[in-house]
Amino acid sequence: MDLVKALEQEQLKNEYTDLAIGDYVKVHLKIKEGTRERIQIFEGTVIARKGKGLSETFTVRRLASGVGVERILPIHSPKIEKIETVRKGRIRRAKLYYLRDRVGKAAKVKEKLVAKK
Amino acid sequence: MEKFMLGRKAGMTQLFTEDGTAVPVTVLECGPVSVVQVKTVENDGYTSVKVGYGEAKEKKLNKPAKGQFTKAGISAKKFLREFRTAESFDVGQEIKVSDMFAVGDKVDISGVSKGKGYAGVIKRYNQRTGPKTHGSMYHRRVGSMGANTDPARVFKGKKLPGHMGAVNVTVQNLEVVLVDGERNIIALKGAVPGPKGGGILEIRNTVKSGR
Repeated sequence: MDLVKALEQEQLKNEYTDLAIGDYVKVHLKIKEGTRERIQIFEGTVIARKGKGLSETFTVRRLASGVGVERILPIHSPKIEKIETVRKGRIRRAKLYYLRDRVGKAAKVKEKLVAKK
Repeated sequence: MEKFMLGRKAGMTQLFTEDGTAVPVTVLECGPVSVVQVKTVENDGYTSVKVGYGEAKEKKLNKPAKGQFTKAGISAKKFLREFRTAESFDVGQEIKVSDMFAVGDKVDISGVSKGKGYAGVIKRYNQRTGPKTHGSMYHRRVGSMGANTDPARVFKGKKLPGHMGAVNVTVQNLEVVLVDGERNIIALKGAVPGPKGGGILEIRNTVKSGR
C-alpha cells in the first residue's frame, strides 16, 4: 500500500487545502484547441468535496442563463491551472446539494466574514 | 524480443497523464529478478531462462533447491519461473523492470485469481436471477437442466454451482503507464488477477498483434 501512496504523492498538488465548501471560486482550466492551449474560467460555488488522495474531486455549481450547471473536477488534475477563491461562504453542511432545489436569492450562500487582523 | 518480469500487486489507484487524463492503474512491486539457469538447445533441446524473485529463508529450502542458487552464485529466491526466450542472459545476472519494459508497451499478466469459494450460477457464470417478488420463489436457482426423455441425461459441461476463483488467469493487452527501475515499480492500466500483496504475477509482452 505504501508504494501506491508514494506514487500518488508525486502527483498531489498541495495548494488547495483551504478550498472549502460554500466558497465562490474561479477555476482556471486549461483547454486545448487543436494545437493551441488557452485558459477557460469556470466560476461558481463549491458544493461538495469527495474522495481522498489523488482521486479527490470537487463540485462547482453555477446558474448559467437560468439553468444549473455543475462540473465535477479532480482537484489534483493537471488541467486545472489554479483555483481562485473570490469569497468564503458561511455554511452548516458538508454537501450543499440543497442549493439544487433553489433559485434566485435563495440559492445564495451567505458570505463568511473573516475578522480583519 | 521476449520480455518478462515477476512481481506482486501493491494496489490500485489512478494517475494523471501529461494531458490531464486520469488513468486507472494497478501498481506492482516488480523485480529485480535473478537469472538462475539458462537453457540452451545443446543441453535442453530448447532455449529459455529460469529466473528467481523474492528473498527466501535458507532453512526453508531443501538441498536441491539451495544447490541451484549456490551454482548460480545468488541468494536464495522464493519464486522460480521459466520463460521461453532466445535472448542470451548470463547466470547470476540481475534484471530490473526498467531493462524489460518501457512506458507504452502492451503486456499480458498471469496470476492466481482471488478465490470465491462455492458459488452459484449467478455469480459464477453471470446468469440472470429470477424475479425477486410476485411470489416467484425462484430467486437465485439454477435454470433448466435440459430436455426430458430425450436425451434423458444432463449434458456434460452444464453450468452449475461449484468452486469459483483461485485459478490461473491471464489478462491480455494491458498498457504500461509507468516504470521505475530504482524503486522497482511498474504501473499497468487496468486490473490484475489476485489480491494485494498476494501471489506471484508473471508479466510478459502481449501475444496480441498490434503491440
